[in-house]
Amino acid sequence: MSERYTPSELLICLASRVMEDGTTAFIGTGIPMLAASLAQSMQAPNLVAVFEFGGTGAILEKLPLAVGDMRTYNKALHASGICDIMETSQRGFIEYGFLGGAQIDPYGNLNSTCIGDVLKPKVRLPGSGGGNDVGSCCWRTIAIMPHDQRRFVEKVDFITTPGYLSGPGAREEAGLPANTGPYRVVTSLGVLDFEEKSKRMRLISVNPGVTVENVVENTGFELLMADSIEENDPPTDDELKILREKVDPDGLYR
Amino acid sequence: MEKKRKSVPITYEGEGSLIQPPDLEAFREWNRRKPKELIDKMMTEEEAVDRYVENGDYIGFELYGTVRCPMSLTRALVRSGKTDFSIAGQGVTELEYLLATDRVREIDFTYIALEVYGVSKIVRRAVESGSVKNVVEWSNAGLTWRFKAAAMGVPFIPARSMLGSDTIRRSAAKVIECPFTGQKIALLPALILDVGFIHVNRADKYGNCQIDGISGFAFEMSRACKRVIVSAEEIVDTEQIRKSPDRTIIPYYLVDAVVHAPYGSWPGEMADMYDRDEEHYRMYVEMQKTPEGTAEYIKEWVSDLPNHQALIDKVGIERLESLKIKGGAQ
Repeated sequence: MSERYTPSELLICLASRVMEDGTTAFIGTGIPMLAASLAQSMQAPNLVAVFEFGGTGAILEKLPLAVGDMRTYNKALHASGICDIMETSQRGFIEYGFLGGAQIDPYGNLNSTCIGDVLKPKVRLPGSGGGNDVGSCCWRTIAIMPHDQRRFVEKVDFITTPGYLSGPGAREEAGLPANTGPYRVVTSLGVLDFEEKSKRMRLISVNPGVTVENVVENTGFELLMADSIEENDPPTDDELKILREKVDPDGLYR
Repeated sequence: MEKKRKSVPITYEGEGSLIQPPDLEAFREWNRRKPKELIDKMMTEEEAVDRYVENGDYIGFELYGTVRCPMSLTRALVRSGKTDFSIAGQGVTELEYLLATDRVREIDFTYIALEVYGVSKIVRRAVESGSVKNVVEWSNAGLTWRFKAAAMGVPFIPARSMLGSDTIRRSAAKVIECPFTGQKIALLPALILDVGFIHVNRADKYGNCQIDGISGFAFEMSRACKRVIVSAEEIVDTEQIRKSPDRTIIPYYLVDAVVHAPYGSWPGEMADMYDRDEEHYRMYVEMQKTPEGTAEYIKEWVSDLPNHQALIDKVGIERLESLKIKGGAQ
């Protein structure tokens, strides 16, 4: 059973299932690319993949290795540039945005800049890249994270990308576009959303074989709990076949 | 009656320093003096770097990751020994070469890492050791919109990104209440670069440049630079440019030097021409993990090679041809 799929494959499948057909998704490097590609082969053939350096509406036949590479506009509908894409997002055209980071807090704020003090970092991380822009202007963002105490922290060392900042109303107060913000956090242990009133992270489902206690133990802050917590289905044979044969035949993410 | 002067209140100021304050009048004067005649600007990478790059310059590179990146120019820049640069921190391998050889003092940082291959160890060593003196944070859109403001010839551009985050706290942006809507909006200062390096699919000898595939931020950055050094896979007759002027992303008057650099993006890729050299790139990713490996790589693949032709010979034309895209342009 445990040999049937890898943790990465589970993450990719869970992220892929979140996406609705006929919407737009801002795709970053790594797992989001695989998730979007898988979604196109499953429930969302009309998912419009948008890549920050200019690719819109690509058919993701081969796994892009960079957010600007040729595969990001493979048989695409439009190949433009970063300003066009970012401005399209700023105008409200992009529904989903995928994010990742080294740390996330209860409000979905993400850190991908540094561990420790930014002025004298213990670890210098890649930086915002398009992350901050995705988190600022997409309607709904989905963070994909390995789930452990080091990553799920009460306070991130640096808010690279805004989640709900300090809580209800904070995004609007800062000037960010209204009705935007974190939507789901897909992790190695389960799927979380954000409770409407408090804007705090809430567990809505656990991954196969994972208990609610496991999630709590691996979270460095107090988690809200949904009224009923479902168990996510493991990757189906179909999903695994497409993932291994079509999406990532070289096994970069196995 | 004297009109009451109203000022727009600044509600927030980033703590980061403005590495390159925009001087729009000087930029206009500079652009006025740039030659508008069609002048043959063909030269080698070495000549271009020698003539148009100075110690202490603020430099930008386009495009991103390992895509259409001006690697032959970057190698020449490293070999030139020029140093003390400030850089627009949007890229990968080009910036890593400069960081690995300790040429960078200040960075307007948005993203320097290896995408699917993770964090750049070169960046980690350079920033964590303090060899880079000043790091100012921006988002990708933020930095590119700063180029756009410079390209527009205006001192700043308003944006709805970066607000509320530590990214804006460590940037040099300011936030105001918009005088039209009353909503808070970030103001991003124009970024006028001293010199920009851009690799394109084709150019004529005057510097009219066409790009296939996504144009990244070539349009904005080329217009935000005082000097532009272009390398091109192919040098074409101006007649060919004139047949499809709508394809020209960078017109000649922006450009100072044109370098013919086939496989100029190697080990990166070039739209419709060749793929990334994955095998070489993976070797590089492994070697950059240690200072010794990095030094060894830079020596073998940059410093010890006299010019771009030597690199082509070293990689081998057979291998380069094997990277070509079937049915592609080259």
